[in-house]
Amino acid sequence: MNKDLLFDFNVDKAAKMVYITREFNASQSLVWDAFTKAELLDQWGAPAPMRAQTKYMDFKVGGRRFYAMISPDGQERWSVQEFTSITPKTNFKMYNAFADKDENRELPGSEWDYNFSEQNGITRVDITIYNESFERLEKLLEGFKIGFTMTLKNLEELLATLS
Amino acid sequence: MKQDIFQAIADPTRRAILTLLAIQALTPNVMAEKFDMTRQAVSKHIKVLHECDLVRPKQSGREIYYHFNAKKMQEFDNWLAQFRQNWETQFNQLDQLLTTIKTQK
Repeated sequence: MNKDLLFDFNVDKAAKMVYITREFNASQSLVWDAFTKAELLDQWGAPAPMRAQTKYMDFKVGGRRFYAMISPDGQERWSVQEFTSITPKTNFKMYNAFADKDENRELPGSEWDYNFSEQNGITRVDITIYNESFERLEKLLEGFKIGFTMTLKNLEELLATLS
Repeated sequence: MKQDIFQAIADPTRRAILTLLAIQALTPNVMAEKFDMTRQAVSKHIKVLHECDLVRPKQSGREIYYHFNAKKMQEFDNWLAQFRQNWETQFNQLDQLLTTIKTQK
């Protein structure tokens, strides 16, 4: 965990909103790419030991990303993201829904809004998630109950090999 | 969570009821008085809270007292903490990725 970078996580129970803010030590255009390009998303977009795998991604308004979260034992949980609004480098919105492996969506889903801004080389990402029901969030977690093998210690080791 | 706990907490009256019950167990009649509501309206709210296990009834003589189930609330908070942890893990992974990309350039 990088102690200098802001990480904020809040849930407004009454409004059914989740608010997430995180700063990254990289330029806005690089962070934007990490959130909007499949080959980068797949490298970080699932909490270890899960991994993300995008089947296809068409990043344009009305386009979709169809991807799976894969657990260590090979179980796949598919989701569809539909992009509803894109302002390059600063904002995009999407509608996220669980799906089966044939891309049939389970509605309702959740509405996601991402905002990007840069100051002094630090990029801030603000994410809001609106869920019609909290049970959806519950479902999201189901797949993560495997327990985290990715301890801070592992992380430090990894960072050490990278720097 | 059988009942959507989120729905239960989303209602301001139910939140007020929970706050009250956290201090002391009460009967539906007393709650109705305190909130200036009909007994029927209180019962509806209690039903929702009971279905998601946030409150538990206890018979005491001829009265039923409702108790706040702090453990359930704790479970809910733990669950949220886990959700937060997932994000933290992902973002740390992204930190590494960004570092890797930057050094490659």
